[in-house]
Amino acid sequence: MGKELIPNKDRILKFIQNNAITLGMILIALYVGIKEPNFFTWDNFKNLSVNTTTRFIIALGVSGCLITKGTDLSAGRMVGLGACIAATLLQKAGSAGKFFPSLPDLPIIFVVIITLAICGVFGFTNGAIISFLKVPPFIATLGMQTLIYGICLVYTGAVPIGSLRDDYTIVAKGSFLGMPYLLIIAVVCGILLWFLYNKTRHGKYMYAIGGNESAAEVAGVNTGKVKIKIYTLAAVLYGLSGILLAAKAGGTSVNMGLGYELEAIAACTIGGVSTNGGVGKISGILIGVLVFELLKISLQFLGVETSYTYIVQGLVIIIAVALDLRKYLAKK
Amino acid sequence: MSDFLLEMIGISKSFPGVKALDNATLKVRPGTVHALVGENGAGKSTLMKCLFGIYSKDEGEIIIDGKPTQIVNPYDALMKGIAMVHQELQPILERSIAENIYCGRFPTKPFTKVIDHKKMYEDTEILLKEVKMNFDPKVKLSTLSVSQMQSVEIAKAVSANARIIIMDEPTSSLTQNEVDNLFEIINSLRKKGISIIYISHKMDEILSISDEVTIMRDGQYIGTWDAKELTIDMIVTKMVGRELKNLYPPKSNVPGEIVLEVNDLTSVTEKSFKNINFQLRKGEILGIGGLVGAQRSELVEAIFGIRGIKKGTITYKGKLIKIKRPHDAIMQGIALLTEDRRATGIFGVLSIAENVSIASLDQYVDHHFILNNKKIEKLVQDNVKKLSIKTPSSKTKIQSLSGGNQQKVIISRWLANDPDIFILDEPTRGIDVGAKYEIYTIIADLAKQGKSIVMISSELPELIGMSDRIIVMCGGRVSGEVSREEATQENIMNLATKFA
Repeated sequence: MGKELIPNKDRILKFIQNNAITLGMILIALYVGIKEPNFFTWDNFKNLSVNTTTRFIIALGVSGCLITKGTDLSAGRMVGLGACIAATLLQKAGSAGKFFPSLPDLPIIFVVIITLAICGVFGFTNGAIISFLKVPPFIATLGMQTLIYGICLVYTGAVPIGSLRDDYTIVAKGSFLGMPYLLIIAVVCGILLWFLYNKTRHGKYMYAIGGNESAAEVAGVNTGKVKIKIYTLAAVLYGLSGILLAAKAGGTSVNMGLGYELEAIAACTIGGVSTNGGVGKISGILIGVLVFELLKISLQFLGVETSYTYIVQGLVIIIAVALDLRKYLAKK
Repeated sequence: MSDFLLEMIGISKSFPGVKALDNATLKVRPGTVHALVGENGAGKSTLMKCLFGIYSKDEGEIIIDGKPTQIVNPYDALMKGIAMVHQELQPILERSIAENIYCGRFPTKPFTKVIDHKKMYEDTEILLKEVKMNFDPKVKLSTLSVSQMQSVEIAKAVSANARIIIMDEPTSSLTQNEVDNLFEIINSLRKKGISIIYISHKMDEILSISDEVTIMRDGQYIGTWDAKELTIDMIVTKMVGRELKNLYPPKSNVPGEIVLEVNDLTSVTEKSFKNINFQLRKGEILGIGGLVGAQRSELVEAIFGIRGIKKGTITYKGKLIKIKRPHDAIMQGIALLTEDRRATGIFGVLSIAENVSIASLDQYVDHHFILNNKKIEKLVQDNVKKLSIKTPSSKTKIQSLSGGNQQKVIISRWLANDPDIFILDEPTRGIDVGAKYEIYTIIADLAKQGKSIVMISSELPELIGMSDRIIVMCGGRVSGEVSREEATQENIMNLATKFA
């Protein structure tokens, strides 16, 4: 009953308040679309959706950390690590400057598993540091961010890695019945995480920890174990995104993924994942990522210089979080 | 000129689901100690928070010196001569006494605006003498006792030229000597023309220290009396407002064999509980009485695996059990309703359904990992009906329910696990009077079904009204045990202050 009693006008106002960033971005996109006829084209749409896929997978990973009131600043560097490991193991035979000159052609699935497993170990470490050593997630993952970058530098010697095998790059370029593989992979990830968040104990425990960690502990939830699972899964998703990004770019370097964690956190926040914990939906995360990518493409179309787009993106992140916190400020 | 230093007239304040204050009134004369009494949840603390600018009142007027005044925040209150010595002190433990007193309004040198440390320490020394403390102003707060920290708070109030000092349960964790010391300070403040608003549950203290007494009940103003005209019985009757007989449901539980035995249980924390022994029978309601700080919550939280145990044993149904985490306790069939519902009970942003099912999800899993939402919904609906939880739907966020309904949701959470032992820590704290009776009925029913109940309560009538047997704690130790028949407020209070 209660809901129907709120006057329509107030509900519309509330909706606008709660979705201010999304609505603002859509307005910008409409403006760009009217000004630049090339904006609303199939090619541009395809470009947008393919760009969104890898970012969506990263955002899915970081969402679990955010819902439990944590964060994961190692996401971007983990993407870079995943990209470098996969790329070094999947170069064309006999190509100049091959990282492992005598390495035979390994099965792709085997490389994927190795890459995800290595990233998973780092994610597990993040979770264990946060759960057992009680280091705040911000600091723990900040340290891990630098640590992973260092490992990546040592591993690759800061040399860019190219000449990737065609059967690897096809993952990013190919499509099935007109659906790009990347899109299919992202959709599968989205569905799996939706299932995990809504239909399993792990999901319920995750929201409970975000809602009130002490209460979750009292209710018998093994909060440490749940958090370790969350950070491990997150790292696996970053690794997957790294593999796809390297394939998409046809090569990689240690700088792959730089700053992606902030974009992912921003996208989650825009999509309604609260930095206050306990709240966040997969559909919201998708919208958040789309909106953020839309912003980037719009700025590109408007001919805004890349340097300026960073300024805009930074502002959007701050505004998104500020608006989100306003919703939860205690009304005294 | 008005006779009153402070007048609060027609103050109302609502929270989601509860009307905490309903047309409340308080008039304080200058240079008096004015006691504010009422049961838990009567609205005393809320009224004081409105005065101190922590809450904004919905309705009503605050008049100081005959002039209507708006108080927007605690700093504003302090500037208008109102200071508060909190129920739970919030000092900055790692800073000095002087810095704690002057934080926010440090004395500075005239031109450079650099903090004038010399003046600050000198002034602090004078202030400390006023509250009868002989301490170096540079001493860290963390080295002081609770009573000394309280004196520092009072010194802070004096330094801000406060004319009204609110003291919320100032003696709740003090020894008798410390109480006497506090009363001496209060008397000297009174002589200087400062008014004290004194909130306490201890009737003898109220009658000995206060000049006037205002009584509140259910957020409403009952009246103001000269302290000399009142007796303890009169205050209690006015506070409760009804015959004490009908406050508790009839009980028909029959205590059976011993199910839980605690031997020599001692906390890992030095100042917490030690050498605790007690037994709990099947179908018994065992009350635990004591003052705030008696370490009762710490004891039950240790039994439940939230806190560490240095030595001692817990025997459950004849077997020694080790509980390291709450999960272990739950697996054994023990449930704990924690004292602070907001901090360790509810998941505010989550739904009723999620709040009810969180501790028993293992029972609602198909194919090893898929949750059966239909079964969960049935569990929730059954409990909503059984405990008559008032909620629009099972998807409503728990934070929008009243305190009593929130408490019932958490009781449902534990019922879903069908435990044999319920530990209830202040089960009716912050709950409307009507809902209290419902909680009592639930407790009585559980005992009748053969469940064993351990109930901590700081409300003596409740403790006496519900328990079959009461153990009393003081300073971390069991100071005595009384049966239902011999339990009176006096003998429990005597035991609760035995080692003081």
